[in-house]
Amino acid sequence: MPTSSARRTSRASARRAGVAPYLLVGPAVLVLAVFGILPILVAAGVSLTDLNIRGLGDPSTVEFVGLANYSRLVADGAFWNALRVTGILAVVGVPTVVLVSLTIALLLHTSGGRLAQALRAFYFLPAITAIVAVALVWGYLFNSQFGLLNHLLTTVGLDPVPWLSDPTWAKVSVGLVAVWRASGLNTIILLAGLQGIPHEYDEAAQLDGANRWTRTWRIQVPLLKFALFFVTVTTVISWLQFFDEPYVLTEGGPNGATTSISLYIFQQGFRYNQFGFASAGSLVLLVVIAVVTLVQLRGRRLDVD
Amino acid sequence: MSTDTLRRPAPASRPVRPRGARRSPGRVVVDVLLILGAAATSLPFFWMIFAALKPRSEATAVPPHLLPQEPTWEFVRTLFVDLDFGRYLANTVVVVAIGFVGLFLMAMAGYGFAKFEFRGKTLMFGAVLATMMIPVQVTMIPTYLILNAVGLTGTLVGIALPTLVSAFGIFLFRQFMSTIPDELLEAARLDGAGHGRTFVSIVLPMSGPILAVQAVLTFIAGWNSFLWPLVLAGEQSKYTLSVGLALLNQQVATNPSLQMAGAAVMVVPIVVVFIFFQRYIVQGFTMSGLK
Repeated sequence: MPTSSARRTSRASARRAGVAPYLLVGPAVLVLAVFGILPILVAAGVSLTDLNIRGLGDPSTVEFVGLANYSRLVADGAFWNALRVTGILAVVGVPTVVLVSLTIALLLHTSGGRLAQALRAFYFLPAITAIVAVALVWGYLFNSQFGLLNHLLTTVGLDPVPWLSDPTWAKVSVGLVAVWRASGLNTIILLAGLQGIPHEYDEAAQLDGANRWTRTWRIQVPLLKFALFFVTVTTVISWLQFFDEPYVLTEGGPNGATTSISLYIFQQGFRYNQFGFASAGSLVLLVVIAVVTLVQLRGRRLDVD
Repeated sequence: MSTDTLRRPAPASRPVRPRGARRSPGRVVVDVLLILGAAATSLPFFWMIFAALKPRSEATAVPPHLLPQEPTWEFVRTLFVDLDFGRYLANTVVVVAIGFVGLFLMAMAGYGFAKFEFRGKTLMFGAVLATMMIPVQVTMIPTYLILNAVGLTGTLVGIALPTLVSAFGIFLFRQFMSTIPDELLEAARLDGAGHGRTFVSIVLPMSGPILAVQAVLTFIAGWNSFLWPLVLAGEQSKYTLSVGLALLNQQVATNPSLQMAGAAVMVVPIVVVFIFFQRYIVQGFTMSGLK
């Protein structure tokens, strides 16, 4: 809590600041408004029309269709399938990413020293790799004729796996690549959180005779609450927006098994050029994400109280 | 190691254990787990690098070998001589450079939100954070329409604009800059420094760690960006590395060596940048109070 004198200072500087803060935040806020917020209004407008590739060239052919795009969406089985696929992947993917990142961060923090410093980079590599390169490399690893993964499986006496051609395995494969990619940044954030915990806490618990396991779960993880919450919320959002991995690895197949809601919207928009219909779908996705995020933020507030 | 020259011990970081200190059995288990995990996580990279140097017959051989038996630079040469990867590389560098303008804008906004009270602040900052939730699929079609209306489709500026500023970046700058003591800024003002001077000569120099994080993240984001170049580039002369690489995916699906060479050209520079700056990154996150 700011002290009363600090509050007085900031109020005083506020009086003197004049237009300065607007000049400071203005350019960045303007860019975000034009490319973050204005598009939502445009999408909302477009979703009430039948805009397609012809309408782009000749706006006079675009017609207002009311809520027709939304009722078509509700009646479309592929839309519900995409929602289901997104839900399944998120329910499995979110806890996996959070647990994997937390485990790696705790191990790196426990080890400390030069070894951990050297190994840290290996864990962050996937997070900084371009998605197109990821697609090529994993596509090569998953290859059914000369891929490394099936070779390794057959070497230890297991059957080869149809990584990308079987509906269930395809979900596992795109999920695996997504977890592999997402864990790096979250590990950095959690590791930073762990390093921010004063180690007096740990020493005090050690003096009290707590073993490492107890100290990890009773001291470190609870103190990591804010970082864990941040990681969870951003991870949920990213799985609800799940797109890159199926787009580059399976194009949503086989037979829609990996078509997430984002991919469905993209295909409706850019493959079939139904911009009005796709915009309706994108607004539904936006509402889903907003509701889920607000519920989490609300839950956190209740938790703190 | 060159990373050591960048090291500036964070106040809260734990002391590095003296070399040669005895490790308990528990620690050994932890280290072994870490080594195994690191090997599994980075396997695709080593596979990619080695495959980039394999002749085509070796890349599709069964059983595969990790190391190339007869290494060749043939496919890296193909990328730059037969294909247009030199131009894609130049375009990518331009897109990254434009991204650094955005970095400066985010730092300014972070300072404004951290140290000033003004009408509409809560609303504006809320709007900034809200943009984090917006899926790119919502903004894609409208953004194309907007950039098309102002004639920026098919330009490198247009490609860089939609991701020029990120809400996460502004948030991190604000978190970090709110820890700069008010007294310092007040003193500068009493010395007659204007807001611009204060920002450039006091706030920015004091924000070294977070600037380093953001600079690396900006570099990575610009270098790797795929969707906007794909949607906006139009003609081949404006392609970035990622779009060129995606073409490689479609055109020559049966030549893994060439594909891995292309992937390596994209990934290796990023890895080098990251290894140089990784210490700073963890520090920057620590200092931004994300705990």
